[in-house]
Amino acid sequence: MAVKKPAAKSNVSAEELLGYYRDMLLIRRFEEKAGQLYGMGLIGGFCHLYIGQEAVVVGLEAAAKEGDKRITSYRDHGHMLACGMDPKGVMAELTGREGGYSKGKGGSMHMFSKEKHFYGGHGIVGAQVPLGAGLAFSDKYKGNDNVTFTYFGDGAANQGQVYETYNMAMLWDLPVIFVIENNKYAMGTSVQRATRSPSLWERGAAYGITGEEVDGMDVLAVKAAGEKAVAHCRAGKGPYILEVMTYRYRGHSMSDPAKYRTRDEVQKMRSERDAIEHVRELLLTGKHATEDDLKNIDKDIKAVVNEAAEFSKESPEPALEELWTDIYA
Amino acid sequence: MATEVLMPALSPTMEEGTLAKWLVKEGDTVASGDIMAEIETDKATMEFEAVDEGVIGKILVEAGTEGVKVNTPIAVLIAEGEEVPAAGATAETAPAPAALNREEGKVASPATAAPVPAAPKADTTPDWPEGTKMKTQTVREALRDAMAEEMRSTDEVFVMGEEVAEYQGAYKITQGLLDEFGARRVIDTPITEHGFAGIGVGAAFGGLKPIVEFMTFNFAMQAIDHLLNSAAKTLYMSGGQMGCPIVFRGPNGAAARVGAQHSQCYAAWYSSIPGLKVAMPYSAADAKGLLKTAIRDPNPVIFLENEILYGRSFDVPDLEDFTVPFGKAKIWREGSDLTIVSFGIGMTYALEAAERLAKDGISAEVLDLRTLRPMDTDAILASVMKTNRLITVEEGFPQSSVGNYITSVVMEQAFDYLDAPVINLCGKDVPMPYAANLEKLALVTTDEVVEAAHKVTYR
Repeated sequence: MAVKKPAAKSNVSAEELLGYYRDMLLIRRFEEKAGQLYGMGLIGGFCHLYIGQEAVVVGLEAAAKEGDKRITSYRDHGHMLACGMDPKGVMAELTGREGGYSKGKGGSMHMFSKEKHFYGGHGIVGAQVPLGAGLAFSDKYKGNDNVTFTYFGDGAANQGQVYETYNMAMLWDLPVIFVIENNKYAMGTSVQRATRSPSLWERGAAYGITGEEVDGMDVLAVKAAGEKAVAHCRAGKGPYILEVMTYRYRGHSMSDPAKYRTRDEVQKMRSERDAIEHVRELLLTGKHATEDDLKNIDKDIKAVVNEAAEFSKESPEPALEELWTDIYA
Repeated sequence: MATEVLMPALSPTMEEGTLAKWLVKEGDTVASGDIMAEIETDKATMEFEAVDEGVIGKILVEAGTEGVKVNTPIAVLIAEGEEVPAAGATAETAPAPAALNREEGKVASPATAAPVPAAPKADTTPDWPEGTKMKTQTVREALRDAMAEEMRSTDEVFVMGEEVAEYQGAYKITQGLLDEFGARRVIDTPITEHGFAGIGVGAAFGGLKPIVEFMTFNFAMQAIDHLLNSAAKTLYMSGGQMGCPIVFRGPNGAAARVGAQHSQCYAAWYSSIPGLKVAMPYSAADAKGLLKTAIRDPNPVIFLENEILYGRSFDVPDLEDFTVPFGKAKIWREGSDLTIVSFGIGMTYALEAAERLAKDGISAEVLDLRTLRPMDTDAILASVMKTNRLITVEEGFPQSSVGNYITSVVMEQAFDYLDAPVINLCGKDVPMPYAANLEKLALVTTDEVVEAAHKVTYR
């Protein structure tokens, strides 16, 4: 990965760091549990885990304010937890139960929360990009200063509708932050095998959109870049692109044998660049927390995740009548 | 506490697999994320990672074992320093997966479960009160008035599309809207249907009520993913949380001499999608009343217009707020010998044919569906139960046509009332030719409707 390890930011408070640690750990433990439940047959179909990419959503959520919107692809569990959706409701949707965010009718890829301004959860690669610009359009139309975080992967970055959207977003100064989560692989195809473009964010220049590359394994770097992008959008200057360099430790989905990369490559990222380990180090070396403090956090998170898992098993399957509801408003 | 490690399901369809290789041995300490074993499924060999931390207390299934069923305990994980429990005695077994309830989950669809109904009652209340003052308007003017009236009453309503603002509309449907409502609400887009359809849907998610004009519905093919996957399905996928109040409108079907790529009717396509509503008006009054209803509807509406009808004039009620409800067919002509069901420009042929048939002493009842989803099947059934004969008329292709669907409904619910096989008149099963004579032949004609009427009445 072409990103350098940045120096730790000195102006971050202990509470903030602990918050990021907690939020990232929640996503990781939640996803591990989801993988386990999938293995037990409690979760079916497609299930795309976010393990490894936690710093992206946690860093960007740290730059958001109430009213801001977010929308993403099918790898969406991390985004939902980061914006404050209830792990119980997310896990119960994964198991297809009545207590899930979509009453069990959406599944892993399709969850929404009006309350948290989370607009899905979309299964068609790249489709969320114009949808996100449309959300930003609605805010601009209404005259407020909200921004929309529109997440997509390096794979979606080659879809034509992304560039149609760039063009209109810039033309109409839409307050949208295009977040390219570059985890290096579109399913099994590496970025290098899909494009000759040296970088993805620079493609925005063709439409006059500013952007930058961000180290996605460093939550503080992500937050700093997010704040810059948010300020740009709120000032009415139009869209901004963040290409966040990250890495997914698990397969594309649960049924991915991962033969397109070596175990060593994954192991190297895990041991040298892990985003959670990075914050853990900052906390310990900065004497913001003791090993025992962190162990207690681990324990708390484990309890939250176990509670979510229990809920997702105990919540009943949707009533059969639900087959015929919610087709029309 | 000891935990059993179960044989995982590694794909949506996996029921059993081969435990190819253990990468840990008894006594090893594992942390979550460590690879414990390699498992062969029918598709691939996959690595199996530990989720919990602990010590491998016992390996229960040896490497190389084939046909290991999902959820069989394959190892026991214990805490450091803990004793391995006696076989199967005290290990906490992770709960078995939920029963899938596939059989139990079967719900009979109402279409097949519905008993043969008593003669359904068609809603025949008039669209406007008797004595209402009428004015003559083209379909074009009626559509523009509908948008303008809704935009005046609701700020959330806006129009976007190619050439809708400064050019005043490629077919002049949005004439004058820019002057009245300004560039904030009447928005010219670049030629990027996929992108602006998606932006429209996103704006609807965000609380606005967009009217997205496609210069023709042929170009909506570039955007159809957003119409179906993004607009139509989101309410359901969100368990009722996130609706999409949007209207996609524009001319649909053949115009004149514009060739195969610009001459296709999408009525059957869109009307097969749950979550969408589909309107296809024939008259100016319906164009106005249905479009106003479409804009107010909280669901995505596909509004199929017709270029040839744009310039045609009809009587339109001169009312302050005239709307036409969805799902209510209009009987244009009452009759007793056969029923002709049509919609959109197909009504032209249906009405012309009825006129000619009357001269031959055959009394045709002509029904205009006006909306295809919801479809007023009660009105069709009531009419067929009266006339006992049915033909359908549309310009779309014959295979999987709207008429095919109507026929199936009538077969299921009024079979005993039919005195002749139903005839579906459609466009021909060919791409639209350019040559004037061939194009005429490719479309449905009044002659064909008359001929079919004679056939079903055996006269």
